[in-house]
Amino acid sequence: MSEVLKIELGRRYRFSASHRLHSRQLSEEENCRVFGKCNNPHGHGHNYVVEISVSGEVDPSTGMIANLADLDGFVERHVLEAFDHKSLNEEVAAFREQVPTTENLCIEIFERLKSFPHARLERVRVEETSNNSFEYAGENAGNGREAVHQEGNRP
Amino acid sequence: MILLTRKIEFSASHLYHNPDLSPEENRRVFGKCNNPHGHGHNYTLEVTVAGEPDPVTGMVLNLAELKQILEREVMQRMDHRHLNYEVPELAGQIPTCENIARVIWQLLEPKITEGKLHRVRLYEAPDLFADCYRNGSNGAARP
Repeated sequence: MSEVLKIELGRRYRFSASHRLHSRQLSEEENCRVFGKCNNPHGHGHNYVVEISVSGEVDPSTGMIANLADLDGFVERHVLEAFDHKSLNEEVAAFREQVPTTENLCIEIFERLKSFPHARLERVRVEETSNNSFEYAGENAGNGREAVHQEGNRP
Repeated sequence: MILLTRKIEFSASHLYHNPDLSPEENRRVFGKCNNPHGHGHNYTLEVTVAGEPDPVTGMVLNLAELKQILEREVMQRMDHRHLNYEVPELAGQIPTCENIARVIWQLLEPKITEGKLHRVRLYEAPDLFADCYRNGSNGAARP
């Protein structure tokens, strides 16, 4: 790959999961005030879209940064199997303590995928709904690429 | 700095095959993309140009001009073409999203003289795309 140009491969995945936004460090009233209807004790769910970008050399013999089957399999094993049709609060260890906001979900997914052996994970972007998306680039952040709430209001 | 993005769509066929690999290897690496009869996609191309608005026109560059550049450099070369056989810039390369995005960058970069080409994003399908940008830039299409 030319050093002047950088190429990334982007791939989108979907999963559906439930969550409840609730912090043990806050009182009932504060939880209600901060998280609004997302604090409903019965939880609620979303159809999440996970967009990941990886970079690396484009292998001249395949034209690819990474074989899609390898990438899809890795994401399936490390993220989708753990999250799809699950309760994030109850069934994902990281969210026993942390509030499963989509900010924290971005970070958790990044941590789970950063060891992908065939390319460098650049960033993870998660759409909680079509109006809300969040992006995290770990230590790749900089140049304006921070974990940012992109748009819209939390439903 | 303003980032301006123009989107176009084109349809093309391709197949993945590396003559240096055995037929079995080709099938293993490329899967159904190795079908010798080829297959096609509706590609979506997003071209992002960075620059300052001209104080007189208020534009980074004239969109009409960008449209013409995209028509000439991309549509006429690639739309309703077979990418393996009809696009000389891709000769000898596997026409993956990554390689097509880089070729499109190389075609557009010298033609965009008002503002600077900032990012090329090529979608092969809504769930699969490649980004090409200058190393060291962050590749964001949002300011």
